[in-house]
Amino acid sequence: MTVTDDRPAKEVGSSRRRKEDQRLITGRTRWTDNIQLPGMLHLAVVRSPFAHAMITSIDTSAAKAARNVVSVLTGADIADEQGSLPNAWAITTDQKTPAHPSIAVDHVAFAGEIVAVVAARTMAEARDAAELIEVEYDELPAVLDLKEAAKDEVLTHPDLGTNHSAFWQFDSATAGTGGAIDAAITEARANGIVIEREYRQQRLIPAFMEPRSTVVDPTGEQITMWSATQVPHILRFLLAAVLGVSEAKIRVIAPDVGGGFGGKLQTTPEEFMTFIVARRLGKPCKYTETRSESLMAAHHGRDQWQNITLCATKDGTVTGLKVDLLADLGAYVALVGGGVPVLGAFMFNAIYKFPAYQFNCTTLLTNKTWTDAYRGAGRPEATYAIERIMDELAVEVGVDPLVIREQNWIKHEEFPFTSVCGLEYDSGNYEAATEKAKARFGYDELRAEQQRRRDSKDPVQLGIGISTFTEMCGLAPSRVLGSLNYGAGGWEHASVRMLPTGKVEITTGSSAHGQGHETAWSQIIADRLGVPFEDVEVLHGDTAIAPKGMDTYGSRSLTVGGEALVLAADKVIAKAKPIAAHLLEASEADLEFEGGRFSVRGTDKGIAIQEISLATFAAHNLPDGVEPNLDCDATYDPVSFSFPHGTHLCAVEVDTETGQVTMRKYVAVDDVGVIVNPLIVAGQVHGGLVQGIAQALFEEAVHDESGTLVTASFVDYTIPTAADVISFDIDHTTSPSTTNTLGTKGVGEAGTIASTPAVVNAVVDAVRQFGVDDILMPCTPERVYRAIHQAGSEGGGKPTEASAMPHFDESEGDTL
Amino acid sequence: MARISVSVDGSSYSDEVEPRMLLVQYLRERLGKVGTVIGCDTSNCGACTVHLDGVSVKSCNILAVQADGHEVTTIEGLEHDGVLHPVQAAFRECHALQCGYCTPGMIMQAIDLLNDNPEPSEEAIRHGLEGNICRCTGYHNIVRAVQTAAGHAPAADPALEGTAS
Repeated sequence: MTVTDDRPAKEVGSSRRRKEDQRLITGRTRWTDNIQLPGMLHLAVVRSPFAHAMITSIDTSAAKAARNVVSVLTGADIADEQGSLPNAWAITTDQKTPAHPSIAVDHVAFAGEIVAVVAARTMAEARDAAELIEVEYDELPAVLDLKEAAKDEVLTHPDLGTNHSAFWQFDSATAGTGGAIDAAITEARANGIVIEREYRQQRLIPAFMEPRSTVVDPTGEQITMWSATQVPHILRFLLAAVLGVSEAKIRVIAPDVGGGFGGKLQTTPEEFMTFIVARRLGKPCKYTETRSESLMAAHHGRDQWQNITLCATKDGTVTGLKVDLLADLGAYVALVGGGVPVLGAFMFNAIYKFPAYQFNCTTLLTNKTWTDAYRGAGRPEATYAIERIMDELAVEVGVDPLVIREQNWIKHEEFPFTSVCGLEYDSGNYEAATEKAKARFGYDELRAEQQRRRDSKDPVQLGIGISTFTEMCGLAPSRVLGSLNYGAGGWEHASVRMLPTGKVEITTGSSAHGQGHETAWSQIIADRLGVPFEDVEVLHGDTAIAPKGMDTYGSRSLTVGGEALVLAADKVIAKAKPIAAHLLEASEADLEFEGGRFSVRGTDKGIAIQEISLATFAAHNLPDGVEPNLDCDATYDPVSFSFPHGTHLCAVEVDTETGQVTMRKYVAVDDVGVIVNPLIVAGQVHGGLVQGIAQALFEEAVHDESGTLVTASFVDYTIPTAADVISFDIDHTTSPSTTNTLGTKGVGEAGTIASTPAVVNAVVDAVRQFGVDDILMPCTPERVYRAIHQAGSEGGGKPTEASAMPHFDESEGDTL
Repeated sequence: MARISVSVDGSSYSDEVEPRMLLVQYLRERLGKVGTVIGCDTSNCGACTVHLDGVSVKSCNILAVQADGHEVTTIEGLEHDGVLHPVQAAFRECHALQCGYCTPGMIMQAIDLLNDNPEPSEEAIRHGLEGNICRCTGYHNIVRAVQTAAGHAPAADPALEGTAS
């Protein structure tokens, strides 16, 4: 076979085409919504149209009488059994956490909250019947704006008495990891530079392509749930914990899952509701959301105000950083909830050697969709703020923004480096990544072109944006999570099963939804056990098949789950060794294992792992006291995070007459440690870049003044299309992680974390000459145009009125 | 109810359907052609794209009764005798998919694009796929896949093949 002929010397590092693709490109997929079971009922829900109201009555009689409707349930009907949706991370012990029923009982706190559910024979009949349910509400004043919420004048949950959920602080002086921020600010005000900025992280929607869907089959001894989730293991545990069902009675399966990006890192009202209805009716039930429901009621992300104070000496050496965040939780504290901004707490200092640092975060409840993790979760926010304000420092000092970064970053010979937050950065080389990026980008040439365009007052100006980012990934050492009051550990599990035919079946507790685990895990095992790539089968996403796991998020699968796999494989080799020695009639001490074979040193005697596997299965001739089983499990708890980094350079053209931003060039040089599959890594970088670019230029979840989400379809929530973006120029440097055997770091979130500030820095760089130092995201043509013209500058920013077509009748008002 | 006769992926089907039933619902719920998926309900995302008489349509944007007497091809009808359509093969080769949810629609649209314009520029590809949303890939490798299927593979990118320094 040609695959054998083409076999790389090492699987790790080769661009294997994905095992997953064959089924995905032929439509042979198992999305949850594809599942049909005998007697299955379809669920449709009624959602609150009001952001804040009391439910005064619900009339379900017409719906119950409708054709083929089997049941209609309200929150009151299941009030005693539904419990409260879980928050796994109370960031402080006194965090205010409102009760969160799956179906609202008497109070709704955001527009989109479920108030009733219909079970009918077909989806169409369920939706028709849901239309017949009459709900009466007493509307209450809603608090929508984050800063308004902080005043506590209008309350999201009146019975809570406040919108403030928690206040969380990290202070380097208190922690003993750095100096006092107040002293640093005082000194800088007297003798140095103080830069204060307020940045906005707009509200975003993860917008995975597969709408969420859940099927629950209560027939048989166990209740089986299929769900479009990133976290089948966590879901199983929390269904049991909240509903009082034994975990052993619940099996959760995440079949093919169509993207997540943090948006399916949740245990949802829809999942709990479907479980409850199916259990009550004794029939399989399916709930699949529409896109509008998904955008309205699946959790949102970001939504923060960031006040940043940076201090430096006059020459631009940083001396301190203070961060004050307001973070919008929405109506409820979600699964990770306030933990999201806390995940960014240790990343604002980024790659720079700040001697003093303080992070303050206030989490607030508002009458909007609840927020939680979205790709990067805390780290994009941190990276955005620091990379934006480092540009401001460069302007203040009057040097190139790359110069100010280099002046302050950790030098490659300083690794491992303990940051001002007390985290040990394992490895990195910011100089190398930056040099490579500059060369690929043509940095000096583009700077020269930029100057020419400025000098000639070209109506289309060029901007160059930089982002030299790092992130912490590989969530997470369980002890660290415990110290932060998180409700679980951060280990991962794997098992390796040696089958009699010589094939290898592995299970992983990571639950992929597009990342390509089946391919990458096969590569790792092929190298470790010396078996063919094709002979490895990867099973995951089913709690009955891969019973232990902590699932997939936070760029953790490879660094944590991959290491668990390595440990399990090494145990298999250790277990096979005495059997090999017995069969070879040799001493264990004389055996070496390489390329899938145990050989007797100095002889040509040897035996393949597959032969040992068959001999173990037959069990006719094993050493005394050795069990006939080579299978091994391993659970790995990381001792530390890993810290990928990179230098991203972005060039944009800004049409000063229209405000239109056009991407010209984007170079990303990422150091993600050792790469298992370059093709998969490139895909993660490309996709991550576009999600970060989307935050910079295109996307925002907008609520109107009554709290209705007006971006509740793909008409209005403007995810970039192929025509909105460009092809990218990506490359890597490699500083192997020192915290795991494979030397890998995470890559799933890198592109998203890095790209947003690179793009906005480029846009601001293009128009800074007109007195602009910030533009709210997304940097739409209207915002860019207004920034240029409200800055009141002359020159390139001035409209060319003489040649403009008269599109509007000026007598009818504002033409903008 | 209305009676319709439709050819789907080479087989003939005859059914009574509600006049309001969308083609995508008919394909999924009645024929079990679940390779074609629903992504948005507003004909923005293109995940449900199929061919109607050889031309791409969003099957959430057309009624089942409108397909009466016509020929529908879905992602499930592209492979013949175990041989992938060149666009399917190119998507795999170029890693033009991750979660794969948009992929059926993206492949059907890419085939239509290449039928109209066998030698598209990068810009023509990007505009030709504008009605199909992908949230995973950033489109970079989808564009490469369409170029590859058109026989104009872009120069090998060392970063993608692991041969970069």
